Amino acid sequence: MFLKSASGSLKMSGKTASTTNNIAQARRTVQQLRIEASIERIKVSKASADLMLYCEEHAKKDPLLMGIPASENPFKDKKTCVLL
Amino acid sequence: MEPSWALQSLDRISLPSLAFENAAEMATEGLHENETLASLKTEAESLKGKLEEERAKLHDVELHQVAERVEALGQFVMKTRRTLKGHGNKVLCMDWCKDKRRIVSSSQDGKVIVWDSFTTNKEHAVTMPCTWVMACAYAPSGCAIACGGLDNKCSVYPLTFDKNENMAAKKKSVAMHTNYLSACSFTNSDMQILTASGDGTCALWDVESGQLLQSFHGHGADVLCLDLAPSETGNTFVSGGCDKKAMVWDMRSGQCIQSFETHDSDINSVRYYPSGDAFASGSDDATCRLYDLRADREVAIYSKESIIFGASSVDFSLSGRLLFAGYNDYTINVWDVLKGSRVSILFGHENRVSTLRVSPDGTAFCSGSWDHTLRIWA
Repeated sequence: MFLKSASGSLKMSGKTASTTNNIAQARRTVQQLRIEASIERIKVSKASADLMLYCEEHAKKDPLLMGIPASENPFKDKKTCVLL
Repeated sequence: MEPSWALQSLDRISLPSLAFENAAEMATEGLHENETLASLKTEAESLKGKLEEERAKLHDVELHQVAERVEALGQFVMKTRRTLKGHGNKVLCMDWCKDKRRIVSSSQDGKVIVWDSFTTNKEHAVTMPCTWVMACAYAPSGCAIACGGLDNKCSVYPLTFDKNENMAAKKKSVAMHTNYLSACSFTNSDMQILTASGDGTCALWDVESGQLLQSFHGHGADVLCLDLAPSETGNTFVSGGCDKKAMVWDMRSGQCIQSFETHDSDINSVRYYPSGDAFASGSDDATCRLYDLRADREVAIYSKESIIFGASSVDFSLSGRLLFAGYNDYTINVWDVLKGSRVSILFGHENRVSTLRVSPDGTAFCSGSWDHTLRIWA
């Protein structure tokens, strides 16, 4: 985005490079990684199957996927009757 | 004459650093007193390695391989059905009202407009005291809108149909950041707002009092986008930033639960898959990606050699089968989420597509562009 270059890549902590701060930062990183490493995960095959199942179950109700008749879509122009 | 919003800036004491110090104190529990910087860095590296190992163990197959047995999608014919003209400069953000009809949009020239997308009429307009209004959102009740940008704030405007009332007079300053506001979203009610900022943080605010309820620290650079998990899946949200990371947060504790770093450049947009089990991202690296939260990894990349411009905005169709992505090369690409292939490319905008949202009932989607217009596609 245009504005990002203007503000530069801002470091969140904005702290000075003192040893105490570096240790505190490193502790936070280690603690965060411990949390992330310990979460329970499932196999990609199972995750994929679930994503596909969701798509399948909801496909019929997805107007942009199925296409709905102009009469039911407020944005599509309805054909008007013309008396010949 | 001093504008009222300038006086309000003194009322709010934002305490993101205080909340962060509390979290940091809790993080140091269980760590030994005499740990050195070097030993912590070694442990961090080994934990990162373990994380990669654990993720790799479960990487038994690719999503598009499993999706081979799904029927391919047919041809899509999507056209511009409405063009909303009225902004005097680049459209930066838009959001749908829950009534599936009204839209709020914001622009570089400081204007925020509420439209009736059926008729293309403008129902409300307000001029912000700043330019580059990068974020706007519709309240769940439909009775208010929130917006902000270079003013570093998020303000809420109640929508009134009284022609004699000046919308700007009822403005309420809610959020205060120390850099630009990049994204905002109401939570399940009109009472709370979640914000993302160029100051590297996200924050949750009480609208009535303007109080900071929770702050989210972890991004190493500007946060550019956020999305709330679908309400059935609990109190989490995802954010993306200039540090190329997408992070998933627990709204109550302020804790980052998961983080993903596979993009090669800034993440401009993040959006949850309708089931809440995954989310998509759009990046300046010209790709969109799908991350599954339960597998804790990236499971799909949506890219083509011919697509070299950044993706600015992404959203799913109602079933999650289609991913609409707006790009800086003025186009919108429609992707088959499961198979990973592009099903359609939409032309029409005459400048970058900056924002894109599917309507609440999935009948259409709206795109906003630097060409000053918004388009409704169906």
